[in-house]
Amino acid sequence: MLNRRTIPPEVPGGAFEPRIIAFFCNWCTYLAADLAGTSRMKYAPNIRVIRLMCSGRVDPQFVLKAFAEGADGVLIGGCHPGDCHYQEGNYKTLRRYLLLKRMLVQMGIEEDRFRLEWISAAEADHLRVAVNDMVEKVRALGPMNIEVVKSIQADAAGGELPELVPLTELSGGQEAPVHAR
Amino acid sequence: MPDKPKVAFYWCASCGGCEEAVLELDEKLLDVAAAVDIVFWPVALDFKRKDVEALPDKAILASFVNGAVRTSEQEEMAHLMRRKSQVLIAFGSCAQLGGIPGLANLFRREDILSAVYFDPPSMVNPDHVLPTVFSRSNGDKLELPVFQDRVRALDQVVDVDYYIPGCPPKPKIVWSAVETLLGATLPPKGAVLAPERALCDECPRKDTKPEKLSFTEFKRPHQVIADETICLLAQGLICMGPATRGGCDAPCIQGNMPCTGCGGPTPHVRDQGAKMLSALASLIEAKEPEEIERTLATIPDPVGSFYRYSLPASLLQAARSEQNRAA
Repeated sequence: MLNRRTIPPEVPGGAFEPRIIAFFCNWCTYLAADLAGTSRMKYAPNIRVIRLMCSGRVDPQFVLKAFAEGADGVLIGGCHPGDCHYQEGNYKTLRRYLLLKRMLVQMGIEEDRFRLEWISAAEADHLRVAVNDMVEKVRALGPMNIEVVKSIQADAAGGELPELVPLTELSGGQEAPVHAR
Repeated sequence: MPDKPKVAFYWCASCGGCEEAVLELDEKLLDVAAAVDIVFWPVALDFKRKDVEALPDKAILASFVNGAVRTSEQEEMAHLMRRKSQVLIAFGSCAQLGGIPGLANLFRREDILSAVYFDPPSMVNPDHVLPTVFSRSNGDKLELPVFQDRVRALDQVVDVDYYIPGCPPKPKIVWSAVETLLGATLPPKGAVLAPERALCDECPRKDTKPEKLSFTEFKRPHQVIADETICLLAQGLICMGPATRGGCDAPCIQGNMPCTGCGGPTPHVRDQGAKMLSALASLIEAKEPEEIERTLATIPDPVGSFYRYSLPASLLQAARSEQNRAA
């Protein structure tokens, strides 16, 4: 069964620590992470790295599944445009990323929870900065809550919506007419 | 004469198209009626809920339930049909995946009630009266079903044995599913009773699909008069054929309209919308973010385009259902 317990929180019962799934390509970003490690760089310990041969291997289903199982953010790391080991893989990633992001926003998931970075094998510091920045942004957003459906109407109305009495509360035998306000 | 096997039909949140799909069997329906005893079919026969409740558990051989589940009444009926049936079949897109009513999950329940009872220009409701579960009229106590938070597919409410896809399922698929169910060996539980290939495989315009598709903009059906012989994707229309289970003989394509995905995902695909999004986005011609965004801007409603029939069953929304059930 899918549930957010699949990825255990960093500190049980403690302050919120974002859990971010990072898909890194074998040729660039994963090597950057490796370099950051051998260079003893310090960065936020909130990412769980999954190595793929190419960022183009990231099926949008992987991203959705990560969110569905409780990830607070998803980071994709690939080679710079033009540098893909497979020539075109990162361009396909970029296009999918941009469309998937539009769709996630429509589904009520904040933009900062989903990020794409081009990080070459030599750019360990870029990796450090990007991860730290993303962790802080996701920390500010709080835990991923897929229960929340963003209210398009409330947005349009500047957040002003009439208070409604939930029907479930009315089912206790209350007599009509019941007014919402 | 020994009892004929009992069969039931029920509808939840649906438009009635699935009921017509049963009638579309034409004279074959007479063969079905001769072979089985239809004990419940609200749209056509005068049996009531109490008649079903009076049956012993598992008395019905097979129940075909169409429509998504939104109200407490639909949920109760889903449980009742499950209890009384040996085999429960989710019939049509809404029961299988949540269907078009499932797109309502993009909005909060409060927004929907407001859009219906407060906002329409034709609505005069100064006291903001909403339907209530219990009310009184002329001394009679009236009860309405609860309008629940979200739309769910049938298997997010009760255990489902088989699925018949389509909006509505085509007669050919329905008949072959009935034959399968009446056959000597039943398919494995959870099977989708339809062919496994994607729609493109049986598309009459298959040969006109170019070797390499490429998009600079996407067009919507009302914006172009599509050529009646050429692959609709090649004409820039979003046709869900590559990500949709076929078996329907492509009636939409034959009507010169793109596939909208009612057949649901092909086998081994968990999330139809994500797969279609993936396929389509990677074929965009541009390489620069700004240019790509310009192309993407021609898809004004990604969720409605890629999850038209499958939003409640999508990876993200299904996780919400699991959370609800666990809570």
